[in-house]
Order: sequence, then structure tokens, then C-alpha cells
Amino acid sequence: MAQLVNIAAGYIKAPDAVMAAQAELLRAAQASADRARSLTLAAVMCVGFFYAFWRVSPELRARVLCEAFLRRLFFLSAVVAILTTIGIVASLLFEAVRFFREISLFDFFFGTHWSPMTALRPGDTAAADEFVAGSSGSFGMVPVMAGTLLVAVIAMAVAVPIGLFSAIYTSEFASRRVRNIVKPTLEVLAGVPTVVYGFFAALTAAPFFRDLGLVVGLDVSSQSALAAGGVMGIMIIPFISSLSDDVITAVPQSLRDGAYGLGSTRGETIIRVVLPAAFPGLVGAFLLAISRAIGETMIVVMAAGVAANMTINPLESVTTVTVQIVMLLTGDNEFDSVKTLSAFALGMTLFVITLLLNVAALTASRRLGQRYE
Amino acid sequence: MDTVVDMAKAIKIQAKDVNVFYGEKQALNNVSIDIEDRSVTAFIGPSGCGKSTFLRCFNRMNDVIPSCRVEGSIMMGDVDVNNPQTDPVLLRARIGMVFQKPNPFPKTIFENVAYGPRIHGLAQSKAELDDMVEDSLKKAGLWGEVADRLADQATGLSGGQQQRLCIARAIAVGPDVLLMDEPCSALDPIATSVIEELISELQQRFTILIVTHSMQQAARVSQKTAYFHLGTLVEYGDTKDVFTLPKNEQTEAYISGKIG
Amino acid sequence: MNNPIEMIQPDAKTQARFEKIAQGLKKRHAASRRLKTYGIMAIVTAISFLAILLTTIISNGYTAIQQTELQIALTIPAEKLQNDDGAIDPVKARNFNWNGLIKKAFRAEFPDVTAMLDKRALGEILSKNAGYDLRRQIEAKGVIPTGGTKLWIKTSDDVDMLMKGRLDRNLDESQRRLSDQQIGWIDKLVADDRIRLVFNDTFFTAADSREPESAGVLGATVGSAMALFVTVLLALPLAVMAAVYLEYFAPPGRVTDFIEVNINNLAAVPSIVFGLLGLAVFLGFFGMPRSAPLVGGMVLALMTLPTIIIATRASIRAVPTSIRDAALGLGASRMQAAIDHILPLAAPGILTGTIIGIAQALGETAPLIMIGMVAFIVDVPTTLTDPATALPVQIYIWSDSAERAFYERSSLAIMVLLTFLITMNISAVLLRRKFEKKW
Repeated sequence: MAQLVNIAAGYIKAPDAVMAAQAELLRAAQASADRARSLTLAAVMCVGFFYAFWRVSPELRARVLCEAFLRRLFFLSAVVAILTTIGIVASLLFEAVRFFREISLFDFFFGTHWSPMTALRPGDTAAADEFVAGSSGSFGMVPVMAGTLLVAVIAMAVAVPIGLFSAIYTSEFASRRVRNIVKPTLEVLAGVPTVVYGFFAALTAAPFFRDLGLVVGLDVSSQSALAAGGVMGIMIIPFISSLSDDVITAVPQSLRDGAYGLGSTRGETIIRVVLPAAFPGLVGAFLLAISRAIGETMIVVMAAGVAANMTINPLESVTTVTVQIVMLLTGDNEFDSVKTLSAFALGMTLFVITLLLNVAALTASRRLGQRYE
Repeated sequence: MDTVVDMAKAIKIQAKDVNVFYGEKQALNNVSIDIEDRSVTAFIGPSGCGKSTFLRCFNRMNDVIPSCRVEGSIMMGDVDVNNPQTDPVLLRARIGMVFQKPNPFPKTIFENVAYGPRIHGLAQSKAELDDMVEDSLKKAGLWGEVADRLADQATGLSGGQQQRLCIARAIAVGPDVLLMDEPCSALDPIATSVIEELISELQQRFTILIVTHSMQQAARVSQKTAYFHLGTLVEYGDTKDVFTLPKNEQTEAYISGKIG
Repeated sequence: MNNPIEMIQPDAKTQARFEKIAQGLKKRHAASRRLKTYGIMAIVTAISFLAILLTTIISNGYTAIQQTELQIALTIPAEKLQNDDGAIDPVKARNFNWNGLIKKAFRAEFPDVTAMLDKRALGEILSKNAGYDLRRQIEAKGVIPTGGTKLWIKTSDDVDMLMKGRLDRNLDESQRRLSDQQIGWIDKLVADDRIRLVFNDTFFTAADSREPESAGVLGATVGSAMALFVTVLLALPLAVMAAVYLEYFAPPGRVTDFIEVNINNLAAVPSIVFGLLGLAVFLGFFGMPRSAPLVGGMVLALMTLPTIIIATRASIRAVPTSIRDAALGLGASRMQAAIDHILPLAAPGILTGTIIGIAQALGETAPLIMIGMVAFIVDVPTTLTDPATALPVQIYIWSDSAERAFYERSSLAIMVLLTFLITMNISAVLLRRKFEKKW
């Protein structure tokens, strides 16, 4: 077809008579299409002119009409948010359903073996046919999910203590001046693009942990979950510290006064009164952070592994949902192979998990809001 | 100031030349006062007159506000309240405080009352703690209402109950002075009268300083009244004298409702 | 006045209780101080992470600002390149074997190197693109230097690394990318003062290349700029209109609630999911070109939309209702009040939010990878549908390369990216500070 278009346009010479005739037809069709287009355009212009002519009268309230139009436009802009969500759900669902026609839901969600690269399309080779018959084992996402969680847990283990204690300091101990310096500085960490963290994880943190392992006699993978998770934790620190700071600051001063009035030290006020009061909001912040960690892509793509190992050893290499999506959708894959479709099934899972976490976080912090309004 | 003191009542707290500044602004001007033991002293005056600020001087709650500076001396027995060496934590254990708005902690009723004894390590055993909680709730007149739901969230109580819970919470630490900062301003009239009765009872055991907006309340619950205006103590004396025979024109104007 | 001595003291039981509390105080204050120390430690840790991150990148990347060059005396045969009128003929220039010319001239200086393998090793000192660079240089000048002119030619990345001290001479020869023999030649050239480090202008004027010494960030930067242009063009009007709608016209009800829930959720959807959306809808369904900044910009627009909507709504809300009421009171319609009075006042806030949203989009990598902006592209894109890559994606590509020289360039590219981001964020802060109004 592309060749035909070129012939029709006269860019290349027709190799044979059939082609030439076809090209001639195409040219004719294009010409008539062009004509039709101009005619339609002219017709629309005429109708528009007469409509306008008819409407132009002293009774016309142009402003009201114009504003009604603008209002509708504004509404449609707001609806773009809904359309985006629908687009996400539809595109993920559509491809995921195609995937689940080939691989059963059960095998995908509960299978413990993940190696999509070896599962070829049916008919590629005899061996592939055989493989497809038993391919259910290759698309079990349990190890991928386990890896994702391992990395997220390591990230949280780094980010929660550092972020929370930072927030406690900035909100309860720091003077205004210190707070005004520390908070923006921590936020710089949040502004660093994830690819930079990925670069740091892959080329600085991972070799560092490997060498450290050599020194103490441990075998640390060069793509250890520790390096990826640790650096991801650094990325999440400002996220937790700033959300927690907001939540802690939102605890009413009257509670602090009550605690001080009973003779609490500052530490007791924080640990026994402020933090318990802020608890739902803190949980909300942590849930958002987990959602962030699970959805984070570049750090793990650059620093975590590709092979789906089922392990809880942070020194080994694991893979994550996002790594698999990137692996499966880059390079020369056919768009509708089971392999690429599986990426959408993973994407769907990722979307649902993060959505649930976000909703849970919102509910938790809303409960905090209700308590003190 | 009139130094004729009823000898039946000893002096519990003595404040001398107290000045309070918020940044550059002076909020209290050379206030001196003697507070009698086991009595209710009411601080009245138009809003912004410094009565709450003065109340917060007694347990150093003004320390919490960074820009606030307090000068002068407040002696409670041999405790020099304003001395930087004096630990505010210990001071606040000796001087309980009840705030304008009921502020129960987001914990159970039991945990609210047990909070003070717990942090100060006053109870040796669970049984002793239970006793302390029960005793405090009884003293605060709340035991009958909450005895069967100690494990419920304190935030579920009514406003008046919450305020009595806060009183119980303060009593549980075992202070001998109670500071009350407009304790009834957020309550309805019925809850207010319950608290007022409670204050009269508590007076048997505690020295009570109460800031109030309501002159009627001051007249009902207090033995002594101090009238503040623009950061100065204008008049101080027996409540009945202050209300019936005010010596100062400003006091008279306030009491008769001309200013307020 | 009474003396303190006359003041009443608490009874013995109360006194005992206070004693007891006093005894426990030291420990309790220590615990409180400990908590404060933990807080300080946490902040110090976080800030040192930031410091380590930045110093690692700067110390790895600053050397890429220079490039090693080698001086060679060349005699370029003018007659093979010129037309009859003496101008350089582009066809002739393209067909001329520049690399051969340079290599021949270089080898001539080492007459004792005769073995085939040794000759090749000698050639490895020069950049593989040396010939191409020389042609471009001469074409640009339009003048062919006279015979025997000494010209500076780029060396290969390995020599570059050796000169910058990033290649360890003490390593075993088999582990090194340069042999002892090669290092010997280089040392001799250095001794002769024929090797120099100059400003690496290629890095800022070229697109990607297989050879580190010819690779630059211009292509990726232009790609990013194009994508962000599309992003602003789409996201800003949509976000402002949506925000005005939600703040001024939206009737309270299910539809409005649903829109709000959607906006809040989209703000927390992982960026890679937006990439999947772009791949399935823009590329798969609408058949738009792969790797195009146009599509990248569209995906980033959808991604930044919630951020800008939320910022715009906040700044609209910050305009006091009295202004709207005044406009309405003078007979303006709600629409006129919003467009003529509220938006101009909210503009600085909207702009600040947009800059922050765009800065976020500039740093995004994953969604762009999904729509194929991860390709190896040697040309600077000129239209919105040209295949292109973006600055963060370029960093990703280079950091994946084996050559040590790409590692260095990747760090420098990060520095470039961070410079852009810092500039954007500082301008956002300044903007906010300049126009901040207290109503």
C-alpha cells in the first residue's frame, strides 16, 4: 500500500502494469476525495453564513450565547480528567483482556514462575508450540510482585524513620528559622528526577554495596534489591517528611497545651499525644509513599534486575512490575504478542494496586480531618 | 494594695511585679497579687486585658510561645516559679490546668485520666492506677456517668463531660493548685452549672484560679476577685466587696456593663 | 505584704509525691533530648544523602566539559576537493577519504610501527569520527588549509579517559582498554606537547552518537523543549478552564465530585501508566508516530494536568470573594468576573504552578520510554513529529553504555538537566515572592 501511494504521487515508477493501473485508480480516488472535501467545505461555509445572517438581529444576546459556549468548553476541560481515567482503564483493560484470553487469570495472579522472554508466540517454532501449551508457568506474576514488594519495603525502611523523625524535628523542635532552611532543602531531594536516582543507584550505590559485601565476605548481587530499594528510600524521604510535617502541624495546639499543662516533657507530648492524634494522617502519608514506591520506574529499571527471583534476601537481584513493563515494551516486539500484552496485564495490576492505596490513604487522612474540624 | 488578710486563710501563691511581653508589646504591667490557699480566685476583665496571660504565668505555659517573655517573681511556697532553674515539668505537675475548650486526648476515657499518673510514674501497679483513675473521676463528678464505658473514646463524650474529664485528668496528677482558663466558655448553661458546682466542691482540696468572662460566674464561685484592665490589676479583694462596693471607677463601669 | 516564710506549704503526702516526680525528671528530660537528637540525625542524614548525590554527579561529570585533542600536521590535497573556481565541492568533499588522510599522516610520524596490529592500535588513538569532524570544520570555513598546517584532531574516548585520569594505568594490561604500547605513544605525544584538553563544545552542539567524543545533548534538549512546548500548549489552557469551571460553575453534585476524585487520583497514578496510555491510545489507536515529541508532550500534558489544575484552583481560591462580589455587584456576569477579574489576579499563582508542573514533566523518563522516545537518534529534531529523545531519556541511554566516557557525559547531562530544573524552580519561587499578595 505504501508503495502504491508513492507510485500514485509519482515519486516512484510503477514496476508493472497492474501496479500502474492500481495507482491510476488510487489517484482518481484521491482526486475525487479532494473534490468532495472542497465541496463539503463550501457547503458548510454557505450554511454557516446564512445561519449567521439569519441570527444577526437586535434580539440576539451574543454575550449570553458566547458565555454558554465558554461554560460548556470549561466543563469539557474538566471532563478531560475523567476521560484520562477512562482512557487509562480502557486501554489497560482492553489489552489485558486479550492477554487473559491466552493465559488464565489464576495462572497470572498465582503462578510462581515468570519468564516471558522464553514464551514465544505459537507457531514460531515447534518448540514454541510445545512451550505455549505449557506456557502458563511463564506468566505467573507472584515473583514479580514479591520483588516489587521487597524493593518497596526496603525503600520504606529507609524513608519512614528518616522522614518521620525529620518531620518531628521540623514541626516540633525546630525554630522558625531552622524550619525555613531545612524544609526547602529536603524538598530539593523531591525535585531531583528519578532518572538521576536511577543513575546513582546503578553506578554508585550498587557497586558500593557489592564492594562492601566483598569486604565483609557477603555475596551481594550487582543489581541488589538493597541498592535499588535504598536509593528509592532516599527519593521518598522528602515525600514522607513533608506530608508528615503537614499532618503533625495540623494537630491542634490545644492538645499540646493539654499535655504540657499536665507536666509532659516535649518528648512525651510528641510521642504520647501528638503522634497518636496524627496517626491516621501519618498512615495516609505512608500509604501514599508505598504507592509511590511501587509505581516508581526508573530507579528499578536502571538498578534492579530483570530475572524474576523469588527471594526475600535484599542482597540478591529481584525484578519489579515496572521493570517488566519497560522490558516487555521496549525493543522490537510485535505489539499484540502475548509478551507485550502481559505488560498491560501488569500495568493493570499496578494501576489497581496504586489506586487502592491512594483511596485508602485519602480515607485515612479524611478521618483525621473529621476529627479536628 | 489592701494587705488586711483573713488570717484563717493562709497565702498559697505570691506574685510580685509580674511583667509580660509579647515581642515588643507589653501585655502585663507590674501585677502583684497574693492568692489564698484552698479558695477560688476569679480573674475578670474585658477581653485582651491580660487575665489569661497572667493565669498562664503560674505554670509557665507562656514558655510554649516563643516570643513571650515574663519578668517578676511568683513564689509558691518555696518554689520560685519564674526561676529558669525551676523545671516547668515539675511545676505543671504541681499546678493543674483546665483550658477554655475541652481538649481530651484522642484516647479512651481511662487513658485520658491515666495519662498524668503514667508519665509521672505515680502508680506502682495496674490496681493502683485503676484506683487513681476512679478517684479522680469521682472527684470530678464524672464517675457515675462513665464508670461502665472507660474504654470508650473520650471524644465521644458531650462537651460538659469532656471538660469534667479534663478536670479529672488534671486532678489525677495530684496537684494542689488548679488553673482554669474560662472552663465554661464552650459549654451550655446546664453543663456550666454542673462545672460551677464542681468548682465549689474542689475548693475544699485545691487552690483554684479561674479566668472567666462571666461576672455572674465569678460572683457565684469565687471568694476573691481580681479585675484586670489593659494589662494592669485594677482591683483585688473579696468577691462580695468587688461586686457590691467597687473602689475603682473602671471596675464599677465594667461590673455595671458600661464597658466590656 | 507577706513574706514567703509565712506561705503555706503542701502537706507531707503531697510533698512526697512531688519528690517522687522530681526524681524521675532527669530520665524523662533525657528521653526528650534523645528524640530531638534523632530528629537532627534524620535531617543530617537526609541532607548528606543529597550532598553525596550531588558531589558524586559533579565529580563524575565535570571532566566531560573538556575533550582531548591531538595535534597532527596535515597536507590536504586541495585539487581533490575543489571545483574549477576554487570553491569546495560538497560531493567531492563527501567522497574524499578524510579518515585515511588523517591516519596516514599520523602513522607517518611513527615510521617504526609496521606490523598490521600495531598500526591498528596506533589508529585507535584517534577518534573514529575524526575525518567527519575535519570535513565539517573545513566546509564551515570554506578554506582549505595550506600543506603541513598543524590541526587539532579529537582523540578516541579511551585516550580522553586516560588524560582525565579516569583510566587506571596500574591495572593489568588485559583489564585496560589501552595497551602499554598505546600508553607509551600517548606519553610521548604528551611530552611533545601535542595533546591538549579543550572545551567540549560538541557536547552542547551535537545529538547522540556511537562515539562518546561526538555525542552531545543538543538533540535531547531540543526534543525535551519540543515535548514541553506541546505540554504547556495543551495542559495550561485545559487546566485553567477546568479549574475555573470547578471553582465557579460546577454545581455541587455527583458529576463534580467524580471529576474531583479523578483529578486527585490522577495526581497519584504512577507515571509509567500514563506511558501505557500513550502507547495504547495515541500510538496504537490513533496511529501517531513513534518517538515523536508531539506524542511525548501529549502524554506529559495528561500527566501534569492534575498538578496544574490543583495549583490553579488554589490560586483562584486565594483571590478574596470580595473581588468577585464587587464585579458581580457592578453587573458583570459570573464568566466576566472570572475572566476579567479573578484570572488576572490569580495569574502569578497559575504561572508558578505551571512552572512546577513543567519542571516535573521535564524530569520524567518512564512514560517517554513507553512511547518510544528511547531510540538512538543522531539528528537534532526539527519538527514535532521527528523521532527524538528527551534529556532524561538521554541520561538513561548513556548510563546504560559500556564506555567509561559515556558515564562521564551522562553525569554532565544530569548537571545540565538539574541546571534547567533549578532555574525553573528558582524562577517559580521568585515569581511567587514578587507577586505574593496578602489580602
